Amino acid sequence: MLRYVLRRLLTAIPTLFVIVTMAFFLIRVAPGGPFNQERGLSPEIRANLEAQFGLNDPLWLQYVHYLGNLLRGNFGPSYNLPDFTVTELFARGLPVSIQIGASALILALLLGSILGTIAALNQNKIGDYSVIALAAAGSTIPTFVIAPVIQLLFGLTWKLLPIGGWGDGALLNKVGPVLTLALPQIAIVARLMRGSMIESLRSHHIRTARALGLSDWSVVVKHALRGAILPIVSFTGPAAAALLTGSIIVETIFAVPGVGRYFVDAALNRDYTLVMGTVVVIALFTIVFNLIVDVMYAFVDPRVRYD
Amino acid sequence: MTDIAATAPAVVGRSLWGDAWARLKANRAAMFSLYYLAFIAVISVFGPSLVPHRYTTIYADYVRTPPSFSSYPKADMIETALKEAIKRMRVDIKEWRQDGNRIFVTVTSPKPIDDRNVRYLDRSDAFDDTKIESKSPDALEAVMSASIRQQYFLFGTDNTGRDLLSRTLMAGRISLAIGLLAGVVAGVIGVLYGATAGFVGGKVDEVLMRIVDVLYSLPFIFFVIMLVVFFGRNFVLMFLAVGAVLWLDMARIVRGQALSIRRQEYVQAAEAMGVGQRGILIRHVIPNLLGPVVIYMTLLVPQVIILESFLSFLGLGVQEPMTSWGVLISTGAHNIGSANWLLLFPAFFLVSTLFALNFVGDGLRDALDPRDR
Repeated sequence: MLRYVLRRLLTAIPTLFVIVTMAFFLIRVAPGGPFNQERGLSPEIRANLEAQFGLNDPLWLQYVHYLGNLLRGNFGPSYNLPDFTVTELFARGLPVSIQIGASALILALLLGSILGTIAALNQNKIGDYSVIALAAAGSTIPTFVIAPVIQLLFGLTWKLLPIGGWGDGALLNKVGPVLTLALPQIAIVARLMRGSMIESLRSHHIRTARALGLSDWSVVVKHALRGAILPIVSFTGPAAAALLTGSIIVETIFAVPGVGRYFVDAALNRDYTLVMGTVVVIALFTIVFNLIVDVMYAFVDPRVRYD
Repeated sequence: MTDIAATAPAVVGRSLWGDAWARLKANRAAMFSLYYLAFIAVISVFGPSLVPHRYTTIYADYVRTPPSFSSYPKADMIETALKEAIKRMRVDIKEWRQDGNRIFVTVTSPKPIDDRNVRYLDRSDAFDDTKIESKSPDALEAVMSASIRQQYFLFGTDNTGRDLLSRTLMAGRISLAIGLLAGVVAGVIGVLYGATAGFVGGKVDEVLMRIVDVLYSLPFIFFVIMLVVFFGRNFVLMFLAVGAVLWLDMARIVRGQALSIRRQEYVQAAEAMGVGQRGILIRHVIPNLLGPVVIYMTLLVPQVIILESFLSFLGLGVQEPMTSWGVLISTGAHNIGSANWLLLFPAFFLVSTLFALNFVGDGLRDALDPRDR
């Protein structure tokens, strides 16, 4: 197992390298630069700034410099937020995004599994149909519609939640963003769970368990669940990576100071270091969570062996 | 001896597509969605030219009027509009009355009143056809009459006083067009790429699929934003490019299908009977590929529509005064406190269209995929 993990981590290095290289050159060939804004700097100041950040060096040299810094864990300074390094920006924003993303993920996994199981146990009955309808709604309605509707209902009409803002992490401020993020994921998990649970309930060992007179609860929770949970496990990897690195829509609408906005703002302002930092962080999250999921697979399903 | 064969009823075979169509017709949700989509498409294409308001016309007097089935101006708005217009005329109202569909207003002024002043009433969105009825000999007092312009804003108006109904329909035209356009681009690239990988196989397949893997691992939104940066505000070009990014799933699906079809026994049988590559391709592979491709296309179109709305929501997509459902929802989200219809109508159109597309997709999957029944 340990060898498998090590090998996976080793193969991640070339992947990461390719991603960093592609992102670096893609953002550099885009027209414009970090210091040609509308307000306009005088040519001398701009030349000085570009010299200070080494933007006048040949591109390959900048690339080598960037890679070198990256290897030392240095993401560089942000061009558009000059008082901050990219690392500092992530140190501030990432905890916020992770809090919301993790809450949404846990909510989605719990609620989605429960709903999916209810649907599977009541197949083609009213409970099943309502879960299917909910899942269809959750996976069809885009977040930029869900979020304002939540604001409209809970914030303005019923006045239960603040309309937006972070409020230094007050519990009520998190409800809206977490719900918005979780709803589509709940739909996906419920759908996956329903399908795999129906399959799992049909298998022989469940029939045996029922024949032995075990209670419904014990049949479902102790025996069927274990077989049904595999698709959920593989769903969790990419979902966790996507949720924890922030959602631009949710963070914009609810005015949450997370990292979701960094990407778009940085790309539009040609804040090269911040763009690269975001790409690296997202890629790292994706690689690590996919690895965790693959390792978990071996624990959930003893038939899976890595050597 | 009786001839049995002559009395047996003739068996009419059904083609794959006839069969699928019959199954689709039996699926009520899918058929209803299909009609609904046709309805949305028709009103989006023809609606903007049938609605009395153009989607760009600004009615300065009707900013953020709520949706209503009765006509504007409302009874209480007439006086406000009248006073506003008279104020601009720089004269004073002595008295005014309404007689049926016309209003009569008597105005006075310390200076002689010019006939051209009627234009101030005409300029107001509430009145037109203004006439001078009578004028006192010294021209210090005049009676003007104007007819009330009856206008309907079924969906209300937006922040700058544009009719939301015509804007929603126009937005539908743009969103649907972009969905189809980029969907087809993505579909064509994906099919060609996946089919090449699947048929040629070997080293070529290996390399092509490695490229897909790498593209997959780049954050998708990064790509899209880079395209926005490159293509700027030319949205047709941009969405061709967006379509060019969405082909990855299609390529994987088609490649997988192509690989599995090639290994089927009926293909081996055909090969054993000496059917050439071309024959196998036309007779076996393409018909079997079409199902998954059609199904995935119906999933691609809503994906593109959502992506377009998402970009427009961020202000990166379609630019004002042109509009799309994403642009409208974005405006709506910023005005939920004061004018919630700006969010609700476009959101309903977008969500119901996405629902319908999904139901059609599900229906097609059931109809075309015999294993899944």
